[in-house]
Amino acid sequence: MQNQEQINQLKNTVQDILDEATKQGASAAEAGLSQENGLSVSVRLGDVETIEHHCGQGLGVTVYFGQRKGSASTTDLSPVSIKETVSAACSIARYTSEDECSGLPEQELLATEFPDLDLNHPWNVGVDEAIALAIECEDAARFYHAEISNSEGASINTHQGIRVMGNTLGFLQGYAATRHSLSCSVLAQRGDSMQRDYWYTVARNAVNLESAVEVGKKAAERTLRRLQARSLSTRQCPVLYCAEAASGLLSSFIGAISGGNLYRKSTFLLDALDTQVFPEFVHIHEQPYLKGALGSSAYDGEGVATQTRDIVSDGILRGYVLSTYSARKLGLRSTGNAGGVHNLTIDTGMLDFQGMLKELNTGLLVTELMGQGVNMVTGDYSRGAAGFWVENGEIQYPVEEITIAGNLKDMLKNVIAVGNDVDYRGNIRTGSILVERMSIAGE
Amino acid sequence: MEILNLARQSILMPAGIQDGDIEKIMSRLLSSSVDAADIYFQSSHFESWVMEGGIIKEGSHNIEQGAGVRAVSGEKTGFAYSDRIELPVLLEAANNVKAIVRQGQEAQVGLTKAANWPQYYAPLNPLKSLADQQKIDLLRRVDSETRKLDSRIEEVIVSLVGVHDSILVASQDGSLVADVRPLVRMNVTVIVVQNGQREQGSMGGGGRSDYSYFIDQNTALEYGREAVRQALVNLEAVDAPAGNMTVVLGPGWPGILLHEAIGHGLEGDFNRKGTSAFSGRVGERVASDLCTVVDDGTLPGRRGSLSIDDEGTPTEKTVLIKNGILKGYMQDKLNARLMGVKPTGNGRRESYAHLPMPRMTNTYMLPGQHNPEEIIRSVKKGLYAKNFGGGQVDITSGKFVFSASEAYLIENGKITRAVKGATLIGNGPDVLTRVSMVGTDLELDSGVGTCGKDGQSVPVGVGQPTLKIDGLTVGGTSV
Ligand SMILES: [Zn+2]
Repeated sequence: MQNQEQINQLKNTVQDILDEATKQGASAAEAGLSQENGLSVSVRLGDVETIEHHCGQGLGVTVYFGQRKGSASTTDLSPVSIKETVSAACSIARYTSEDECSGLPEQELLATEFPDLDLNHPWNVGVDEAIALAIECEDAARFYHAEISNSEGASINTHQGIRVMGNTLGFLQGYAATRHSLSCSVLAQRGDSMQRDYWYTVARNAVNLESAVEVGKKAAERTLRRLQARSLSTRQCPVLYCAEAASGLLSSFIGAISGGNLYRKSTFLLDALDTQVFPEFVHIHEQPYLKGALGSSAYDGEGVATQTRDIVSDGILRGYVLSTYSARKLGLRSTGNAGGVHNLTIDTGMLDFQGMLKELNTGLLVTELMGQGVNMVTGDYSRGAAGFWVENGEIQYPVEEITIAGNLKDMLKNVIAVGNDVDYRGNIRTGSILVERMSIAGE
Repeated sequence: MEILNLARQSILMPAGIQDGDIEKIMSRLLSSSVDAADIYFQSSHFESWVMEGGIIKEGSHNIEQGAGVRAVSGEKTGFAYSDRIELPVLLEAANNVKAIVRQGQEAQVGLTKAANWPQYYAPLNPLKSLADQQKIDLLRRVDSETRKLDSRIEEVIVSLVGVHDSILVASQDGSLVADVRPLVRMNVTVIVVQNGQREQGSMGGGGRSDYSYFIDQNTALEYGREAVRQALVNLEAVDAPAGNMTVVLGPGWPGILLHEAIGHGLEGDFNRKGTSAFSGRVGERVASDLCTVVDDGTLPGRRGSLSIDDEGTPTEKTVLIKNGILKGYMQDKLNARLMGVKPTGNGRRESYAHLPMPRMTNTYMLPGQHNPEEIIRSVKKGLYAKNFGGGQVDITSGKFVFSASEAYLIENGKITRAVKGATLIGNGPDVLTRVSMVGTDLELDSGVGTCGKDGQSVPVGVGQPTLKIDGLTVGGTSV
């Protein structure tokens, strides 16, 4: 129970910080403390490249003088520095303006139940064992095929963080969480064509990681299939986003219904609540209480209880993604999303990846997107892409140096199918997504 | 030695660390089989102020300080860091780090006085260069002057950021060097509305200076005017064309093309490992003979400039491409040693908690012979890209992409309609071979660039004269 002791210690410090803020005249305050430890080991061409020991800490404090707000942070947790950090925040609050929406969350929205979400599984992997595992992974990729010509290496990361947060409404909570990952990236060459790709696995509990050999093999397969990619002529066609690329599409959607963009009116989904934004078969939920998942949490960055809820059902937008401040700007209540969504999950259809290719029939399978070409205000979307040209449900050849363009509002409405090939490695859980029609620009 | 003393005062003295302590840590770190080792101390103070909706909405003050300890043997690196600058903690870190080298005895190190090196900025503290009330007054003035410019303005967001960063690097040869790095940035974003249509414009700038940068010559007000101009242009913009066409890039910030398309591919680590599309190509033609490209950390006061890099190497003006021929790569100490060349002062790290690697400073193309108007006149049908958002590159396949935030059609030698949503995509190793005209109008960007690599962000600069590229893919929606 070493963690519990550490959490209690940090709770005491957070309480001291809140008391100090009150002493310095703040009418309300919020503070967060974190401590992190980790090990990263990377190997390349069968030998160790780097061994990194991580050990970090940080304090962030926000104070309110009525409706005026000031923030400060520091990595120095000495008593003197803590006091100075609180003073810095208080001094800033003397210059910021009265803002009727600023302040701590409503007391009744704060989380009061804290189930064990199974997030803390330290991995006592030694440096030597980690090196051996990374080498096993990289070897599986390097010796997979004669065309694998070079390597960027394989790496193992293991990380434990403890976070405690509290506010002057009496909220004071903390928890420990772990995150472990294994990744590999290799190059392949055929004639003039040189390509690189990677694969990774990530989990709260190391037993849930894919095996080192599996990760290496997938990295090699993914790299090889890109060899001799070509461009496409400019055209319009249906586009299938593979699961990893599809999570980016959903993340743009979440951006468009997030409080900050809504109250600034900087979104193409302004006033879209209770309207059809996806086709009827689309359902999207938030699931903050999944055991052991990467996006699980009982409360958000302000201590507000998270909710298991529908964001989209029958294709209709049922709720926004709001923090306390953005909610007040909109005359609404926080949805427990200060800091983002928690395990956003889209209901999948019956088709697996092969089935989705058949559904695409003839068009573009996108496996990678590049650049930032998304305009949230207008929904205009134009990004660099790489992937495969598909005919009659069969992959024909790899493509690159093309862009795909459309308007997000239309793209979301024109989703044809969601595959059941879900990628569970992130906070957005989706299978591949088929979009009816987009513009492709190429040679 | 003034800089060294300033850095000692802001980093070591509060922590009670003496030169003798640094010698102890270094001695612990070194053994007979270590090729290189360093201890990097840093104390960084950062503040930001945001004005939005006509009020001073947010302010924050942040302190990051700590030390990173590194030992390198051959191609192997051991690294540990701590937020606590305390002798026992750093000795423990040194123990962990030298485990990378499994044999050898401790060596003794004595700190030596390093020779002087040129300074490209004064050791200013931007945070103290104005009283807090004056910072607020500056934001309010920019906000109110900008709002007056056009009745279609709905919202103005002004932000002001200042950094006072002190670093101190001790290396295995006993050298102890320091740098005090001021950095300021201001940004103005406006949202305009016309007949229910909403568009955005944004402009900012800054450099290694203090806040007087924004007040002298009314630079700050100029950002507001430019942001409004861009937003209004976007109101009139039509859908961008799609397909392969002649593209003329404007001067200044469009130099991000050089950064993405070739800059990253010329960083030493990728080339030592043979993973870049430019690997092994020194001496070969990689651009048309009109192109000479440099990376230059020595430009006074620029955002990407450094007097010394994060390994203590003085920066320089490194010629990457001369008249189209690839001359060399950008190097940190590790990759330079392994490739048998000299470090070029490009070893940079985001902070003490990160390992250094080869990174760009200010990357730009030297001016050519053509008048910019003459370049536009030479294009029958094409795209003129005046300003850009961000970009990205795959250094292995060489494919790069970047998004235009302000672009126009060129029709019969004249700039005509504004277009929106144009993304450009191309292949790094051959895009510069298609440069057919280079303008006389070299401009550097206004000081807004941040480059990301392996999860580490560092401030950079870019620049170029007007360029004509014969054939680049434009990804619009209008087929
Ligand atoms: Zn970059």
